[in-house]
Amino acid sequence: MLLWIAGFIILLVKLTIVLGVVLFLAGYLVWVERKFLARLQVRLGPNRAGPFGLLQPLADIVKMLTKEDTVPDGADRAFFLLAPAVVALTALLMFSVVPFGKDITVLGQRVPLVITDLNIGLLFVFAMSSLSVYGVALGGWASNNKYGLLGGIRGAAQMISYELALGLSLVPIVMLAHSFSIVDIVGAQQKYPFILYQPLAFLIFVISAMAESKRIPFDLPEAENELVAGYHTEYSGMRFGLFFLGEYVHMMVFGGLLAVLFLGGWRGPFLPPVVWLLIKIFLVALFMIWVRGTLPRLRYDQLMTLGWKVLIPLALINILVTGAVGLM
Amino acid sequence: MRPVAVGAMSPFHAGVFSLVVFTVLAMLFIASQLFLAAWLGEKKKSPEKSRPYECGIIPTGSARFRYPVPFYLVAIFFLIFDVEGAFILTWAAVYREMGFAGYAQMSFFIVLLLAGLFYIWKQGGLDWKEP
Repeated sequence: MLLWIAGFIILLVKLTIVLGVVLFLAGYLVWVERKFLARLQVRLGPNRAGPFGLLQPLADIVKMLTKEDTVPDGADRAFFLLAPAVVALTALLMFSVVPFGKDITVLGQRVPLVITDLNIGLLFVFAMSSLSVYGVALGGWASNNKYGLLGGIRGAAQMISYELALGLSLVPIVMLAHSFSIVDIVGAQQKYPFILYQPLAFLIFVISAMAESKRIPFDLPEAENELVAGYHTEYSGMRFGLFFLGEYVHMMVFGGLLAVLFLGGWRGPFLPPVVWLLIKIFLVALFMIWVRGTLPRLRYDQLMTLGWKVLIPLALINILVTGAVGLM
Repeated sequence: MRPVAVGAMSPFHAGVFSLVVFTVLAMLFIASQLFLAAWLGEKKKSPEKSRPYECGIIPTGSARFRYPVPFYLVAIFFLIFDVEGAFILTWAAVYREMGFAGYAQMSFFIVLLLAGLFYIWKQGGLDWKEP
């Protein structure tokens, strides 16, 4: 019993550290994005709060906490208030299957450096990313705003379409690793990272994961020059902040998944595993910001064409080829 | 592959217990943010402020429209392909044990799926236009 309590305290400390680091990095990812995007557009970006604007995330949090939390007339109150929490929570939960190192030993017990090693880890990620559709669709629908509604249904259709390509592109990874567990998938990449075996799956995964996180060039649900802000038009204060937090945590989760599924996870020479994982996440995030600064937004029919007529057939053919090669 | 049931309540295993504790922590964080926002935030209601924002124009009528039909089509295609995706995923984990017989059956299935996709493509189900 005493050991159980000690273990529980260790678990609490571990989980709190992970949650804190994820939230801290998501906050600073906003800063990195604003600064890097500003440089790409020949601006300075935030530079008032602290040196180089480094205290900007703190200032943003203070501002969002002290702003009024408005609910528009005729809104469906319960769904309106709940939707941002759904988006933020599912994004945070998705991070729980990403392993960040080998097991360490504390008090003579093995403490795994992963929050949860489910044997269906990959399916858990799909489930959580499907659930976040509810936050978007309900948030847009409940706010009694035409732009919100349009953003919400666009978001729902886009996310379910690209989820198919996302799921099918990862089938070859499961075939190579013989497991849905993310820890086992990282373990299977001991020799070579999977990007060398599966460049096509990598490409499909990157495109559809960017569509899942609703970023430029796939930001149709919140296209600001046609829909004001899409599904989060009516949100203010911390609820808007939670949508934002969800988006940036989602960006980190995407970086983490890309790292563990294709880039060898926490493996790398010289530096400790956690540092390698963070470096990979950071590089993926930089890539996404760069894409945002470079590409224009797709039209809706182009979005659907890309998803259904290009990515899904390619992913299916990739499965067939991988199966044939694997059985040779 | 570790079964989830092993040491389900042990804090030293990265199982469901750990996930539940993490979920509770994440929920507590979100609840604390919303509580702080409700406590510290401004509270001045006015009819102008609570009107839905439609670029400064007074909104006409409710925003509960019926969804356009193409979105339903996408939803139906998604249902079909997602169920089949689940089928493919279960095969993927054991495809080496099932050997060539399993591969032949699965490739027949996937080719059938592709044929279905090309059929709705030719029928214009994937073209984004007003029906």
